[in-house]
Formats: sequence, structure tokens, C-alpha cells
Amino acid sequence: MHAEAPTYRVPLWIRSLDHIGAWLLALIWILPLVYAVWTALHPQEFSAKFVLTAPLTLENFANAWKAAPFARYFLNTTLLVTLILGSQLVLCTLAAYAFARYEFRGKNILFSLVLIQLMIMPDILLVENYKTMSQLGLIDTLFGIGLPYFASAFAIFLLRQTFKQIPNELVEAAVMEGASTLQILWRVFVPLAKPVYIAFALVSVSYHWNNFLWPLVVTNSVNSRPLTVGLQVFASTDQGIDWSIITAATLLTAAPLLIAFLLFQRQFVQSFMRAGIK
Amino acid sequence: MLLPALALLVAFTHYPAVATFIDSFMSTPKGNRPSTFVGLENYRIMVEDPIFWQSFRNNLWFALATIPLSVGLALAMALWVNARLSGQAFLRMAYFTPTVLPMIAVANIWLFFYTPTYGLLEQIGGMFGFPSHNWLGDKSTALGAITMVAIWKEAGFFMIFYLAALQGINPSLREAAAIEGAGRWFFFRRVLWPLLMPTTIFVLVNAVINAFRMVDHVVVMTRGGPDNATSLLLFHLYEVGFRYWDTGYAAAITVVLLVVLASVALAQFFLMDRKAHY
Repeated sequence: MHAEAPTYRVPLWIRSLDHIGAWLLALIWILPLVYAVWTALHPQEFSAKFVLTAPLTLENFANAWKAAPFARYFLNTTLLVTLILGSQLVLCTLAAYAFARYEFRGKNILFSLVLIQLMIMPDILLVENYKTMSQLGLIDTLFGIGLPYFASAFAIFLLRQTFKQIPNELVEAAVMEGASTLQILWRVFVPLAKPVYIAFALVSVSYHWNNFLWPLVVTNSVNSRPLTVGLQVFASTDQGIDWSIITAATLLTAAPLLIAFLLFQRQFVQSFMRAGIK
Repeated sequence: MLLPALALLVAFTHYPAVATFIDSFMSTPKGNRPSTFVGLENYRIMVEDPIFWQSFRNNLWFALATIPLSVGLALAMALWVNARLSGQAFLRMAYFTPTVLPMIAVANIWLFFYTPTYGLLEQIGGMFGFPSHNWLGDKSTALGAITMVAIWKEAGFFMIFYLAALQGINPSLREAAAIEGAGRWFFFRRVLWPLLMPTTIFVLVNAVINAFRMVDHVVVMTRGGPDNATSLLLFHLYEVGFRYWDTGYAAAITVVLLVVLASVALAQFFLMDRKAHY
């Protein structure tokens, strides 16, 4: 950060106005979340009564955990997110390398075909993709939820961009040493693109941890349901249930990402930034 | 190297897009009756379907409200976070946190927030003597209520891109403007705003896409009700496709969504060419 150089003299009252506006917006923004945390941490009779002496409890979390197979849902989501990210990294690295390093006929056309996925996400095409999945017998499997996302145009785009900036001398040096194509990719390109990989991984994990509509459509049992769908089933079927438990379950679902974000704010913000700037 | 990624892209993006188009001219297969060519029949059903038109209107309304509000708020947030006010870290955290939460979790939190007589909104309203109001149950406020949720979730995400752009702007511009005696508003309008144009276009395109893609909160909060007041296009598509299993008609609705997204892509292409200053 640079020092505050000569800047216009902003009158004090405007500066204060900025403070008031910024803080007011921030408080409004954080309010629903604080409210949810309050409700989840207090016994039911205090869920909408704000007494500072209200006893704190973790019982709502325990009850929510028992009321639905959340352990299974957590496992499913973790497996799903890992599966998708793993496949994306491998497949998109290879494709990006080919686009960045080789000349072949129809390269530009192929690349534009890839970019189409940036506009037309699999979410919109769920009716046709559902048909494909049932033909492949992949309904209600984690593999079926993940498959449409394995090839990510976004990852190919980001990695191609990064690979192109890697100086040719490095590749030539590696060739001189007798490295094979895959070795060059693994030893030269991948390490140099590490920040991009981290950025993409964070974006991908948060996207698929939170994804809902497609998993809702292709799953129909506890065995493959991710957390988001599990939470929805839990919150909508047990009508009479109290809000303290639903809110606790909601926070449980969001907790891993939320905690990771609060701990690594800088990396998160920078990753999202890096992923957005092309 | 390209093959695995390309094959998957074709299988889950290009093939379904084309198949959707073909299926939109075919009848829905029922039992042992295979699907046959029916020409524009599905589109005729669509034109005569009042729920389709309502979803279309709702979606336009939703888009016209979320896009300017979330982008405008995002810009204000970015300017404030960048202005180094006291508590900068807290401000950034408060603005950005909704972005990492799953939409399902967000929807549950807000569902509780809006609950009549019990939720926080009611309590605050009650303190000021406002009568109790069922925000999500009333046809006239339900769409506004879910729009608010979308803005809450999105603004912090868009803020990131503005923040990145603001940090990339040469500080000497600000110094020069200060020396010239340019006012704050003048500096924003004549210097910052044009420089931020590429970011604004990027954010706008994403906001438009999201406006036609976000439905998770509708599924959780209202299921399109009351009386279809909050049904959006993708939600209607989901209902037609997976509740009534009318795949032919669902294909026709998908085509409408694809046309919308394709026009956004084209608009972006031309805007980027002409309006952006680099």
C-alpha cells in the first residue's frame, strides 16, 4: 500500500458520512448471518428473543446432526468436490497445455467451442443432461453429479492464459536435458502456475460445495445426496421442526467454507479476483 | 491431450444444446408412444401458457432489479473498502461473506428472517409500530423479497472485481486530479468511471447470466408461489421438466433461455469492442 499522497481535502463531514454509510451497509449486510448464529446458539425459547443473559448451547447442532444423516451428506459433498476438482485439474491442464503450446488446424475454432461453456453452463441444460445420465445409468451416483463439470472451460481458459506467459527458454532448457512432454508439463508448467491452480481450486470448491439444482435433479437417495440437497430435504420435510435446529443445520452446511474463508480471507479474496480478471 | 476435455464438453454442453433444440420440435414420449415430430406445437403450448409468461415477466423484473442494485452496491462497497476507512477489514469481511455461503443456506437464513411475527424483520418493524406482514406469502411483496436475497448474495462478489480494478488504477491519477483541483464527484465521473468500464461490462454480463440462472432460493423459499408470483424461467423449466416430466415443452423453454444467454454473449462481444477503454 502506498502512502497517502497529496489528495483533495475531503471535508470532515463528508469523510464521516462515508464512515456512517460504509458501516451501516456492513451492519445491514452481516445482520441476517448474526441473527442465524444467535438462533442456532441459543435454546428455542430465545430464538427470537434477544436477552443478553440467554444461555448458550450447542444442543441445536447436536439435534440437527442426529435428525438427518448429515455425516453421510458431508462425506458425499467432500467426495464430490474432490472428484470434480481432481478431474478438472488433470483434464484441463492437458487441454490448456495443448492450446497454449501446439499449433494445429482448427485450433481457434476448437477454442471458441470451449469458450461456449462459459456462457451456457450445464445448469441450464439439465433436462438433456438428465436423459444422458439415465442412459449411462449414472442417476443417483456421485459420478453422475460430477461428470458434466469435469471439463471446465473456465479452467482451460485460465490455465492456457498462464501457460502462454511461460518463457520458451525454460521449455528449451528442459528439452535439452531430455525431458519428455509430460515431464515438462509436470516439472515446469504446473509449478509455475501454482497461484492460478490455487485460485481455481478455491473457486471450484466453493461453487460445487454450494451447487444445488443439478444435484437435486440427479439424486434421489441418501447415498449420493450432497449437503445442499440434504439440507433442503431436511428443512422442507420436517415441517413442524423448530427454527433453532434448521438454522443450526444451515450453519453446519456452510461452516467449512465459512471457517476457511474467515481464516484465509486474503487468499479467498485474491483467488476470486484472479479468477475474474482475464 | 485435448481429447478427454473436448469429448466431455461436447457431451455435456454442445450435444445437449443441439438436442434441446431438436427436442423442442418433438412430442414428449409417453409410455410406449415414442416421440414424434410435432413442429411448433411445444412453442404454441408455451405461448398459451400463462405461467410461462408470468415467469418471463417475473424474470425480467428480477433481472432489472437485481442487476443495477447489486452492481451499484458493489461499486459503493469497493470504493469504501478502497478508501481505507477505519475498520476496513471488517467492512470487507461483512460485504464478502454472503458470497461464500451456499445459496441454499442463504435462503434458509432469509426465510427465517422474513418469518411473520417471529422473524427479525417483523420484530424490527414491530418496534417501530409497523403492522405484521407476510413478506413471502403476499403476492405483491414476494418477488421483491427474493430479489433482496439475490442482491445480498451477489453484491459482495461483484465488489471483488471493482476492488481489483481500483487497486490497479495508477495513484498518480488521483494526485494529478487533486493538484488540478478536481472535486471528488468530478474525479469519479471523468476518471474512475471510464477506467472501470471494462470491469463494469464484465460484472454486468455476469449479473445478467446470474439473473437467469439463480433459482435455488426460489426452490427453498417460495416454490414459485404464492400463485406463481416468484416463478422464474429456470424454475418453471425445472417444474415442467421434473415435476410434470413434459420434456418436449421443457426443451422449448430451454431454447428460450439459451437464446437469452446467447444474446448476452453477443452483446458482450460488441460492447467489449466498442465501449471499453484500456
